Amino acid sequence: MELITLIGAITVFILAIFLGFELITKVPPTLHTPLMSGANAISGITIVGALIFSNTDYNNGDPGFAAWLAFFALILATINVVGGFAVTNRMLNMIAGKRGGK
Amino acid sequence: MDEAVWDIGYLVASILFILGLKKLGHPRTAPTGNLYGALGMLVAVVVTIAQMDFGLTNNFTLIIAGLAIGGAIGYYMAVKVEMTGMPEMVALFNGFGGAASALVAASEVFRRINENDLPEGLELHVAWTAIGLSALVGWVTLTGSLLAMMKLKGGVEIFGTWYRTPTWGPEWLNYVKGLILISIVGLLYMTIEAPGNQDYVIAIIALSSILGILFVLPIGGADMPVVVSLLNSLSGIAAAFTGFIIGNNVLIIAGSMVGAAGLILTNIMCKAMNRQLVDVLFKSFGGSDKEQVTRTKVGSDPEEVAMVCDGISKCVIIPGYGMAVSQCQHQVREFADILEANGCEVKYGIHPVAGRMPGHMNVLLAEASVPYEKLIEMDDINSEMAECDVALVVGANDTVNPAARSGEGPLAGMPIIDADKAGVVVIVKRSLSVGYAGVDNDLFYEDKTMMLFGDGKQMMTELVSSMKEL
Repeated sequence: MELITLIGAITVFILAIFLGFELITKVPPTLHTPLMSGANAISGITIVGALIFSNTDYNNGDPGFAAWLAFFALILATINVVGGFAVTNRMLNMIAGKRGGK
Repeated sequence: MDEAVWDIGYLVASILFILGLKKLGHPRTAPTGNLYGALGMLVAVVVTIAQMDFGLTNNFTLIIAGLAIGGAIGYYMAVKVEMTGMPEMVALFNGFGGAASALVAASEVFRRINENDLPEGLELHVAWTAIGLSALVGWVTLTGSLLAMMKLKGGVEIFGTWYRTPTWGPEWLNYVKGLILISIVGLLYMTIEAPGNQDYVIAIIALSSILGILFVLPIGGADMPVVVSLLNSLSGIAAAFTGFIIGNNVLIIAGSMVGAAGLILTNIMCKAMNRQLVDVLFKSFGGSDKEQVTRTKVGSDPEEVAMVCDGISKCVIIPGYGMAVSQCQHQVREFADILEANGCEVKYGIHPVAGRMPGHMNVLLAEASVPYEKLIEMDDINSEMAECDVALVVGANDTVNPAARSGEGPLAGMPIIDADKAGVVVIVKRSLSVGYAGVDNDLFYEDKTMMLFGDGKQMMTELVSSMKEL
């Protein structure tokens, strides 16, 4: 990794933190739980890392210890992503569906 | 074609995440926001798979199996869970997210050590620091979330025996936690000095797991929403560190954004309880030494309450965790309908920390088709309490405890809903026992208070039928 890449990554990291602070400053209490759940599902983005490391060359049919760890990570991340968005959707439907007589 | 072109896909995913999170904060756009988030995730996954090396000999078995197994489990859990179990579910998913980041970090470090493919110079410092931090935050999130989940449930059942989740934390435990954290930082430095030694990595994993448990152990059940929210923030940070490991901006953006958002939410909840985050985390409170209840109060029966409620002009319903446990929101709604049919004005007073999650009550009442406009926040409802004829408290305790105004005890300074200012206070509760904060409630013993002892659902059903008979 080159120094410039690292500094670029740190820049993105810091700016995204500020962005997160600004994005949700005022949220009605109704949405606190769905917001937490939705944000949690987004943090399942680590699925990308799990995918990349799950894709390794087999050595005589054995993916190796590292790939098994990544595979386990992939299962957990997918549960987090799929379950997270589904559960958020359920909560929001419950709230939105009952408003405005829809 | 330059491989970097694929990064445009990640940019699209990042934009979708940002828009999604923003839209999640407004009631009307929230469903769209969630959809954007899911879409962003799909884009990220597709882009990742599309740019993979198809030449490897594995035929994507692990990837397809992992996605299928995880997807099926996740979807099943999300569809099956009941609304009361929502906080536990979020805590569990959160733990999984943290564990995934930690495992990705572990995978990378063990692969590099096994294949003797150790980085050098700056890359070594960056990769090993990110791996160490990702492991630290990830494992803390996992064990912390699991313990938080058990605390929300109140206990665990092992081989048919119920074990209550303990809350324990003497003052000196904070020093132990500090010591562990310093050791982990030390170990992190040592992994960089000796990158081929996997013992240090295993030590980091073990110590981080212990730290997560020690972190949540002293915190009482009432504070779990704050803890879950903070852990949610941590799992985002863990994902961001994983982004540094694989050099991927979408992980860094999504992860740190969620980290910041989780922190904001944590702060909102602490403010609602009028407490400092530091106090919540490092001063044990709630559930540890509870006051013994010695006073008694004669319970009322639903017929009496129905008679009192006949012909009143204003009623405020104050729900709490008990309503969530007994799932009596439909009966509460029915009760409100009857009152309204008789010309009574009914409103719901929602305490910001009622239940076990912010917005917990709103979700439950929405399920029972209670119009959104009738859910009034604490500050607004308090100005109306004096003109209220009957305050119906369903399964709430600490959030209406006047002891909070006294400035003493664990509840000191917490804003409450002024139920005691209403003409008559009806409290549906199983017993006189103390709430999570462990403080006896004077409101129960006041002359104008009528206690309906029993399960929320049963009591509300009886109350509704008594109202109909009038």
